[in-house]
Amino acid sequence: MQFPILSVIVFTPLVASLLILLIKPERKTEIRVAALAAALFALILSIWVYFTYDKVAGGYQFKEMYNWMPTLGIGYHVGVDGLSAPLVLLTGIVMVTGVLISWGIDDRPREFFSFLFILASGVFGVFVALDLFQLFFFYEIAVFPMYLLIAIWGWIKTREYAAMKLTLYLFIGSVVALVGALAMYWQSGNHTFDMLVLQQANFPVDFQRLWFPFVFLGFAVLGGIFPFHNWSPDGHVAAPTAVSMFHAGVLMKLGAFAALRVGIMLLPEGAKYWAPWIMGLALVNVVYGALIAMVQTDLKYVIGFSSVSHMGLVMLGFSTLKPEGMIGAGVQMFSHGVMTALFFAAVGMVYDRAHTREISKLGGMSKPLPWVALAFIVGGLVSMGMPGLSGFVAEFPIFMGVWKTNPWVAIIASLSIIITASYIMLVIRKTFFGEVPAELEGHINGISPLDKVALVFLSLIMISLGLFPSLMVPWVQSGVQNVLHLLGGA
Amino acid sequence: MEFINNHLLTTILLFPVLAAVFILFLPKDEVKVIRWVALIASLIPFALSIWLWLRFDSNLAGFQFSETYPWYEAIHSSFYVGVDGLSLTMVLLTTLLTPLALLASFSITDRVKAFMMLFLLLETGMLGVFLSLDLLIFFVFWEIGLVPMYFLINQWGSANRNYASLKFMIYTMAGSLGLLLAIQMIGVSFGTYNLPELFKLWPAATEIKNIPLGLPIETVKTVAFWAFVIAFAIKVPVWPFHTWLPDAHTEAPTAGSMILAGVLLKLGAYGFLRLVLPLYPEQAKYFASALAFLAVMAIIFGAFAAYGQTDFKRLVAYSSVNHMGFVLLGIAAAAKAMGTMDATIALNGAVLQMFNHGLSAAGMFFLVGVIYERTHTRNLEELGGLFPLMPVYGGILIFTSMASLGLPGLNGFISEFLVVRGSFPLLPVFTSIAMIGLLFTGAYILKGIKKVLHGPLNEKWVGHLTEINTREIIVMAPLMALILIIGVWPAWILDVINKAVTVLFK
Repeated sequence: MQFPILSVIVFTPLVASLLILLIKPERKTEIRVAALAAALFALILSIWVYFTYDKVAGGYQFKEMYNWMPTLGIGYHVGVDGLSAPLVLLTGIVMVTGVLISWGIDDRPREFFSFLFILASGVFGVFVALDLFQLFFFYEIAVFPMYLLIAIWGWIKTREYAAMKLTLYLFIGSVVALVGALAMYWQSGNHTFDMLVLQQANFPVDFQRLWFPFVFLGFAVLGGIFPFHNWSPDGHVAAPTAVSMFHAGVLMKLGAFAALRVGIMLLPEGAKYWAPWIMGLALVNVVYGALIAMVQTDLKYVIGFSSVSHMGLVMLGFSTLKPEGMIGAGVQMFSHGVMTALFFAAVGMVYDRAHTREISKLGGMSKPLPWVALAFIVGGLVSMGMPGLSGFVAEFPIFMGVWKTNPWVAIIASLSIIITASYIMLVIRKTFFGEVPAELEGHINGISPLDKVALVFLSLIMISLGLFPSLMVPWVQSGVQNVLHLLGGA
Repeated sequence: MEFINNHLLTTILLFPVLAAVFILFLPKDEVKVIRWVALIASLIPFALSIWLWLRFDSNLAGFQFSETYPWYEAIHSSFYVGVDGLSLTMVLLTTLLTPLALLASFSITDRVKAFMMLFLLLETGMLGVFLSLDLLIFFVFWEIGLVPMYFLINQWGSANRNYASLKFMIYTMAGSLGLLLAIQMIGVSFGTYNLPELFKLWPAATEIKNIPLGLPIETVKTVAFWAFVIAFAIKVPVWPFHTWLPDAHTEAPTAGSMILAGVLLKLGAYGFLRLVLPLYPEQAKYFASALAFLAVMAIIFGAFAAYGQTDFKRLVAYSSVNHMGFVLLGIAAAAKAMGTMDATIALNGAVLQMFNHGLSAAGMFFLVGVIYERTHTRNLEELGGLFPLMPVYGGILIFTSMASLGLPGLNGFISEFLVVRGSFPLLPVFTSIAMIGLLFTGAYILKGIKKVLHGPLNEKWVGHLTEINTREIIVMAPLMALILIIGVWPAWILDVINKAVTVLFK
């Protein structure tokens, strides 16, 4: 039997979170070191999985399958394909950088890291799940700690409201999706939740068309699809920095990924039928999200709404059902994850020092915080889709896919590029350049070496992917091949 | 050596950015070291492009020194570079002006490291546009150049820099949006971004494959043509898209203005020659008069606006609008009757005018910078009578201005004459009007000289104004030498240009 690497990745954070709880709460340094060690371990394993994944062979690899509740047809079945391998890697990256920049958390770090790691386990679990029940299981595990993390460590002004709103939205979404999943379970008659089996179930077309919106939208709520995006900026803003990184960087991908995995891959006929509607919603996401981001005055809300806009591009790519669009969407999930993680890390560093996120009250931060400024600029350029960075590598094929489906949508969606460019440039200038406001003068301390490591690491990933698309595209391409096969195309 | 020989273009292209990465690791207080490293690093691409020029065989048709590497295979785009006479001229201009601009910015003391790095990054961006033979790679470099320029203006510019830099960015990005969409459409339709292939496929296309657009092909081509034209016209800039330019120029630091006028504006004109004419021969022919109209407006309004300025730098900035108008006039004439002798002459003029304007505009902006650094004003009313205080500077200024004015014997005359000679038989009315514009060129240039050098001396400068120094003369010397050489003996460069345009636009 081969080494169960995926299970080890999934359960490393969970085990670590339990072990961390055994450390005495006042031994904060040990807690942090233990957290970092566990995160690094998970990252190294996910890098290993990513680079040893055979993209020529494609399909699901590193598979493991055990009985879990055989009487209900529920199994523990994991594996990665070209679409989930980058996301597993992304989770590892965000986990390590999240721990690095949370080093300074002084309020109950033990519980903080413990909850954060439960969340990470849930996320890993969803990305590798090949069993529908198991996917839901981990999905809820990922959502639940979010509530506590925001409500306890969040921004004091809105944390209770935001935590409640986020949890309710996501639970309602997942319940709706669960109904659809159960419908599939009964319809298939195979008495199984195994997604690889369900893929072959050949559901009747009417059935697929009926249930697709339930499943897709139920998950897409977590992906921030319009008009159910509202929880997300509030959640981002209220969450502590590392949680925002997880939330925007990974959790929103969870929604998009599950919508693809369960919605499009299990109900391909439904996807074809509803694709124009999804495209319409995604278009609203892209343009409206960018417009709303433009008028925000709070730095974190700007990034929050920009995430809505960028996740709209992911949905837009999916809705094309074309190879280019899907490849772009797959890369965009990774690229956006790294980018927002970087954004929220940078914003958190500014906030921790200036104690305000009002753009009008900030200024000149590049002098005391040159590394943060540079990282934010890199993130900003990625977000504008500047060629040479990962955002372009992701967005360009999405647009190509949209051209093939509906050229007018491509033309309208492209407006978001200009809108994004203008607000990002303004935010960069107002926050990082100009004069430091008098009340902040001399109060801004530099960032720690660990913070620098996190920022540089995230920036380098986006630059390398932008210069060398082949670092990721072939993986995604092999995953997309499989999806297209299910859709009956090439 | 063998490696460089085989990868000459990529070496020229990537050397500046590698040097920028190297500078990143230098300590930021070692200002002198950083300056010299940057300067020497920018001289190497220049040396290599001279070598490239010597090894280039102008008798061969097609692209030389081509290199192809896989880049984005999923969407069939590869890193494909190569040169012909057209791009070779522009590469030489870029690699010549960059070290001069870096030398000119030795007077910058604020954040030298970041400045030098951005500048080298900018050089790679510009060279990439001239070298790429893949439509997507072209766009990549087209956009990349924006970022360093934005920050150069925004961080090292003068008082109104925030407005100017954002205007520059938004104008150019808005212009590129149509270009991006058109590029996507072409790429989706043909499944390739390889330019030499697209030159064959796209003009001959009778339908838009893979795209459910539901419009006749002529309409699509016309819209795409204008998308390309507007993107490049903004960069040139052509009236009425020029309003970002005076702001950007005026606020940019001296070296930034030198490169902006010297090379960045050429990117737009190069776009017309490299992409618009070969990809849209029919549309270009159909709309030749419209292009000529825009060109003439640029010439006339550019001259009038320049004459009306009281800010020395704005005057020179508007003169760029005026001079680049001639480039577009030549292109419009060529579009009208591609392949005829008149068209070829006009194209020769247009390309040479690009090179010449690069030399004289960079020189002029540098000379404005020299005065500004000493007086901290660019207001022409506050200057005046400076000739006795700075005789050498005065001589250089008059020489460079005369090149800009088009004095026979200097380079500007040759190229403007060729443009006018080529355009007149094809577009007589527009060319005649443009000639009137030439008259006003003389007027504003003489105004500039008069207001700065002659007239009553403003007493407050006595004792404060020092003569142009050796470093500054070294910056000007190569420019002046080339201005004179091309003016007297243009054959060495026209030969390369002529063969390129004859082959390209048969």
